[in-house]
Amino acid sequence: MALPAHISATAAGASSRQPVYALVGNPNCGKSTLFNALTGLKQKVGNYPGVTVEKKIGTAYSQHGQPITVIDLPGTYSLAARSPDEAVTRDVLLGRRSDTAQPDRILCIVDATNLERNLYLVHQILDLGRPVILVLNMMDLAARAGLEINVDQLEKLLGIPVISCEAIHQRGLIELKLAMSRADLPLARHAWTVPAAIAPAVSEIAAALVEGDRKSPLVARAEALLLLTDQDSVRVAGSTPLSPRTTEILRAWQSRWTQEGTDWAGTLVSSRYDAIGALAAEVVQLRTEVGPSASDKIDAIATHALWGWVVLGVVMTLLFFSIFTLAETPMNWIDGHVAALSDTIKSAMSPGDLRDLITDGAIGGVGGVLVFLPQILILFFFIGLLESTGYMARAAFIMDRLMSRVGLNGRSFIPLLGSYACAIPGIMATRTIEQPKDRLVTILVAPFMSCSARLPVYLLLIAAFVPTSEVPVGTKVALMLLMYALGTFGAFGFAWIFKKTLLRSAAPLMIMELPPYRLPKLRDVALQIAERAGIFVKRAGTVILGLSIVLWFLATYPKSPEGTPQQQALAHSFAGQAGQVIEPVIAPLGFDWRIGIGLINSFAAREVFNSAMSVIFAVETSDDEAADQGHLRDALQAAVRPDGSKLFTPLVCLNLMVFYVFSMQCLSTIAVVKRETNSWRWPLFQLGYMSGFAWGLCLVVYQVGRALGY
Amino acid sequence: MPSASLISLSQLPVGASATLRDFPKAGTAFLRLREMGLLAGTTLTLVRTAPMGDPIEIKVRGYHLTLRKSEADHLLVEPAR
Repeated sequence: MALPAHISATAAGASSRQPVYALVGNPNCGKSTLFNALTGLKQKVGNYPGVTVEKKIGTAYSQHGQPITVIDLPGTYSLAARSPDEAVTRDVLLGRRSDTAQPDRILCIVDATNLERNLYLVHQILDLGRPVILVLNMMDLAARAGLEINVDQLEKLLGIPVISCEAIHQRGLIELKLAMSRADLPLARHAWTVPAAIAPAVSEIAAALVEGDRKSPLVARAEALLLLTDQDSVRVAGSTPLSPRTTEILRAWQSRWTQEGTDWAGTLVSSRYDAIGALAAEVVQLRTEVGPSASDKIDAIATHALWGWVVLGVVMTLLFFSIFTLAETPMNWIDGHVAALSDTIKSAMSPGDLRDLITDGAIGGVGGVLVFLPQILILFFFIGLLESTGYMARAAFIMDRLMSRVGLNGRSFIPLLGSYACAIPGIMATRTIEQPKDRLVTILVAPFMSCSARLPVYLLLIAAFVPTSEVPVGTKVALMLLMYALGTFGAFGFAWIFKKTLLRSAAPLMIMELPPYRLPKLRDVALQIAERAGIFVKRAGTVILGLSIVLWFLATYPKSPEGTPQQQALAHSFAGQAGQVIEPVIAPLGFDWRIGIGLINSFAAREVFNSAMSVIFAVETSDDEAADQGHLRDALQAAVRPDGSKLFTPLVCLNLMVFYVFSMQCLSTIAVVKRETNSWRWPLFQLGYMSGFAWGLCLVVYQVGRALGY
Repeated sequence: MPSASLISLSQLPVGASATLRDFPKAGTAFLRLREMGLLAGTTLTLVRTAPMGDPIEIKVRGYHLTLRKSEADHLLVEPAR
């Protein structure tokens, strides 16, 4: 079944347009670096419709300035898909997706240090009957590992252009672009003989695909081969299903082989590796035996039974230290500029509702979320760094055992850890988790981790708990730790429950490559940060802008007569009324309508609770934050219920903190979960279960606390 | 081949090399392991176990791969002498 060699294949659609290239390769082979080097900032990032897999399309320019479209497909080891990402790669290459035309040509990038395993995917790709350009990346590292690759020989054997390249140093790009802009490219001399036992089935299925599914003969053969190995195939939205006849023929062959005891998938894989082995024997030579690589030496420490924990601890401490210290200056800067902008508008416009809407509603609200941007960016930066250096995989390797106790795998660790700073980057980092159910569980529990917006609330409530003098500092620290511990246990507890019930699935696998450590390419990390930050600002920004205006409206209307104290005006407003409406619901938790207003306002960002409390309890604010905080604490301690009893008793403070640990009160997170799960179902479920659990737990805490006489 | 000399990959001592002889035909996990180059006759080295004993790290075809013991239990290898 050898394919005709050296057919001059002009791109489909011919001269009128430039060919569209698909970029494919194994994970960790430098594919993103090559994509960025080829397309620079000319990239469009979105999702494939109906599935949360990133769709990246960029424009490269040939040496003559002609634009060439490049689709960056998710990295995969094989076209037999195991995750939605891999399914998209397979479906685009096979022309199964209605939203993405089958690419005309394929750019296949491989890691030259690891040619054999990388060539497996290439071998499958060559079946597709499209012109392929093979890019041998990391040639410098291959040389350093003592490998000599005969590029000319490889090119001769495969019959396609083979370009050696060091994408990270921008070497080989000109040669690659020249090859890409060739008007015609040869088809591969891909003389691979399908094992005799399987050949009749391949022919029959291919024929059915041509007839019933209207596939071209070359693609049909490739798809037939794939269908035979694609066990428990992952199907994703947007993919065209097979015709019933083809499915029937496939089933018939599979059941026949099962009865006969033929290991058809294994035979296919082995025969591919046999062909690859023969190829590699001719082109790869191990020149010099080199000792343990730098990577091996680092791993001897980084994944050591004892030192591994130390390294992990240091990396994580560094991460949080940076988030909380480095972010401070830009946060103050943003805070200052938001306030200044607000003041400028206040002095420029005449007093009135429109002015207040702009300054207090829009600017105040958006500024309140924007202030978290530095922390979010730093977290994105760290996650990008961990990913591109290869340490992320080591952290997953070390933590896998612990995560497996609740049915997750090591890859959930970094997303959950990141959520201690902010759930948004954490949730956006879950895309590295392959199995959709594990990913969903991680997303569902990530907001339990106490994020940095909860910190000011905890600090205020701990301060209000009892006057400083009476309580040792140790108790306060213990209270704070308790809140973080509660969130952590909540996350793991619910992960365990979800994996046992709602999102039950087979124990996740931990078949993961530990790629060699590499120096990160800052440009790639920066591009990634910009991309993710853009998504956050766009998603959260629009929701927050809208919501800030709604919250401002609720807190302003209906208007009280001129001269009414702010406090009474707020009580009279819709927000105040809403607080009173929800009071019966929250009263059993020990919260009154004023706290209710704070809870509602927290949806913008949890820390808004503090500013809502200052308005409600009419605390004069000044430029001195520490003094303001003190005044607010005093005001809370002085607050009383209508019967004259204290509102913020220790029990109420504690309960309020518990409520903040568990309830889902962050619209930005809801917006991001909607994007990452592609439906409103999961964010609404999350809102319901988290807030429901928070309510139930607080009910128990308050009622038991009261019964015990607190 | 004497089956007595075969042990499961999980039983292989750290640092030891072995040749893969047999493993289950069915299941996505095992298919993926094969696609990543673990075939009958492939030689591999057990590099280390994770700090908590599971998963394990092997070196195969020049790269490093992790898998859990629950999978490694089913991979039968012949230790190199």
